[in-house]
Amino acid sequence: MDGVYDLGGMDGFGSVEPESNEPVFHAPWEGRVLAMQRAMAYTGVWTIDMVRYAQERLPPDIYLTVPYYERWALAMERMLVERGLADSGELAAGRSLHPGKPLKRKLTRDVLEQSLIRGGFARPARAPARFAVGERVRAKNIHPRTHTRLPRYVRGRAGVIELLHDCHVFPDTVAMGRGEDPQWLYAVRFDARELWGEEADPTVSVSVDAFEPYLEPA
Amino acid sequence: MAQHDHDHEGEHGSALSEMQLRVRALETVLTEKGYVDPAALDAIIETYESKVGPHIGAQAVAKAWVDHEFKKALLADASKAIGTSREGNPRGEHLVAVENTPDVHNMVVCTLCSCYPWDVLGLPPTWYKSAPYRSRTVKDPRGVLADFGVHLPPATKIRVWDATAETRYLVLPMRPEGTEGWSEDRLARLVSRDSMVGTGLAKKPEEVA
Repeated sequence: MDGVYDLGGMDGFGSVEPESNEPVFHAPWEGRVLAMQRAMAYTGVWTIDMVRYAQERLPPDIYLTVPYYERWALAMERMLVERGLADSGELAAGRSLHPGKPLKRKLTRDVLEQSLIRGGFARPARAPARFAVGERVRAKNIHPRTHTRLPRYVRGRAGVIELLHDCHVFPDTVAMGRGEDPQWLYAVRFDARELWGEEADPTVSVSVDAFEPYLEPA
Repeated sequence: MAQHDHDHEGEHGSALSEMQLRVRALETVLTEKGYVDPAALDAIIETYESKVGPHIGAQAVAKAWVDHEFKKALLADASKAIGTSREGNPRGEHLVAVENTPDVHNMVVCTLCSCYPWDVLGLPPTWYKSAPYRSRTVKDPRGVLADFGVHLPPATKIRVWDATAETRYLVLPMRPEGTEGWSEDRLARLVSRDSMVGTGLAKKPEEVA
């Protein structure tokens, strides 16, 4: 979807403000939200792409203004309600009013270390890769109404295949609960002048990781 | 942001913020339904507050500075190189290391959300997740570097990596001059988090004296 989350190249957000000696969490609730998100993902009720899509569907003004982990919390509440894992009355009351649904597994301390290792997203290829390193490609001018990982700022632009990563699960279908549909993943490099016009800095190039369905020969 | 909340809560238990209450309600519901175990949540928080952090990436960078074979392995397959160098401490997949040279400077961003190499750098700082960084880095990387007080020669090529999929990028910064003969542990102290994201350079020896 063409949402405000797709921030690359937008102006007006001001300068970057690093914070010296920044704590990992700025308030205790931030850590609880992160931990609950990890624990719920471990149960298998949703995947990272579903979480991203839930955040992208927040109202634009909310997405841009609430603190980072509040965005996580809002998306988690939404996913719980959408999946019938909790209802809004329970979230408002702060207690369970109905029995929980049975879930595949639960994150406990004894499996903690294993559970925090990042999972693999590579899958066996069903066909040879369509593009080779060094080949020129164009990012398609597509505007899906649902989750996609092709940022707007490269759509319609030509670049060069720089790396062939592997065949990975396809976020566009996973986020919608329509299966992994694995696709080849490439790093595609674009010159800044191709992206931002002739006035752009000629020393700059930008690479994105793009799935094969996002690309066409250039 | 949430910082002001922090100042008013804590040990006294008074004036809990709205978010603290809302998140407590959420946790109670999830716990009562049997979905989460609060003790496991405590352990996850402890892991990210005190165990996983930029020191992991810094050790890999320092090793790459002194061990040519390791550097080759790191640039070929960073997940494998870092995983096997930390016995019994496996790391996640799809990590790619990109090398800074006198001619090329790499920077990492996630314009669509906040993808970041947690396994080797810990959780991302607020600026990495902020709209200014996510919007500007792909269009004005030198301007972003200036916000960090970093000014590169005009001829240096800037390579921005937008982590739009599950690949995670780690910058291998240049080894500072005047560090000949240093041990890995001593070198690792020069490797700041920002130098591995590309918004900084490795520290000079005099900066850590």
